Amino acid sequence: MKVSEVSDALGLKQLNAPDEDREVTGGYSGDLLSWVIGRAAPGDAWMTIMSNVNVAAVGLLADVSMIILAEGVEPDEPLLQKAALNGIGLYSSPMGAYELSWRLKGLLEK
Amino acid sequence: MILSYDFHLHSCLSPCGDDDAYPTIMAGMAKAAGADASALTDHNASRNCRAFLAACEAYELIGLTGMEMTTSEEVHVLCLLPSLEAAAELEKYVRERQMDIRNKPDIFGWQFVTDENDVVISEEKRLLITAASISVSATPDLLASLGGIAIPAHIDRSSFSLLSNLGAFDRDMGFPTVELSTAADPKALVKAYPALSGVPFIVDSDAHRPGDIPDITHTLESDGTKPEDIIRALREGSGLERL
Repeated sequence: MKVSEVSDALGLKQLNAPDEDREVTGGYSGDLLSWVIGRAAPGDAWMTIMSNVNVAAVGLLADVSMIILAEGVEPDEPLLQKAALNGIGLYSSPMGAYELSWRLKGLLEK
Repeated sequence: MILSYDFHLHSCLSPCGDDDAYPTIMAGMAKAAGADASALTDHNASRNCRAFLAACEAYELIGLTGMEMTTSEEVHVLCLLPSLEAAAELEKYVRERQMDIRNKPDIFGWQFVTDENDVVISEEKRLLITAASISVSATPDLLASLGGIAIPAHIDRSSFSLLSNLGAFDRDMGFPTVELSTAADPKALVKAYPALSGVPFIVDSDAHRPGDIPDITHTLESDGTKPEDIIRALREGSGLERL
């Protein structure tokens, strides 16, 4: 399923959408950045409540297909800038990580 | 004696540190900003402390070794130590418990070990900012066993801090002193976390670039100029401001 399809189905707000055709192959939910670096798989949609600039660097290193900021958290300005600069898909949702994960799993299993 | 300080400096060994942030230059800038005592605290690494101490001696600055440790909870803990040997021992301990992830310099920045002449000795290939499997609650005893002190770093920040990641301060954790960022509002902090009331605090720059060290206005009271004296003063909260 493409990033754009996940975004539409979950009603996400686009913060930076450079590659909407990239395939979302799984999901990872977590906020401790070291764990994300170590455990998220390339192509995952990463759901987190962290919103600082480190999120962009970690998303890039883990090669996730998209980052979804959960619980309606607002990204810091440096995060928006770094996401734009590095072509990282950044989205947000008022839903919590549990709800987002549950719905994403349903979508990916369709 | 009253000593002004900045105990939280990074160098070019920290991935987020400026490539021009040679440990020697950071020592010089701390001195220029008015520090009597300082420490180099790169992320989970201490190998630039040798060059830092050499520069401290040249600039007549009291130099401590150390690192900024990333605990398993991703809480940053300022670790201050009295010697290169103790710092090397701590680095070994942390390294054995840290995820082995390769650094990507184009994403996180370079990690260089340099000598006292600002010559690059080696490039650290492992990403240094990741967490070690050491709990924040284990750090006071760990540092004490090495003659040092563990201080929760920039507790007022919304990421990588004891308050942001654990949600509370508890004196029983064993931290005699906490660190605030230069942007902190101590009164607001105590209002939000009453358990902090009366706890001694230090304020450090957490400078990652040579130009990031502001004029130093915070002081402590020490009965000597050896690193051990400074660490004892920090343990006792001697001459420190209190929350």
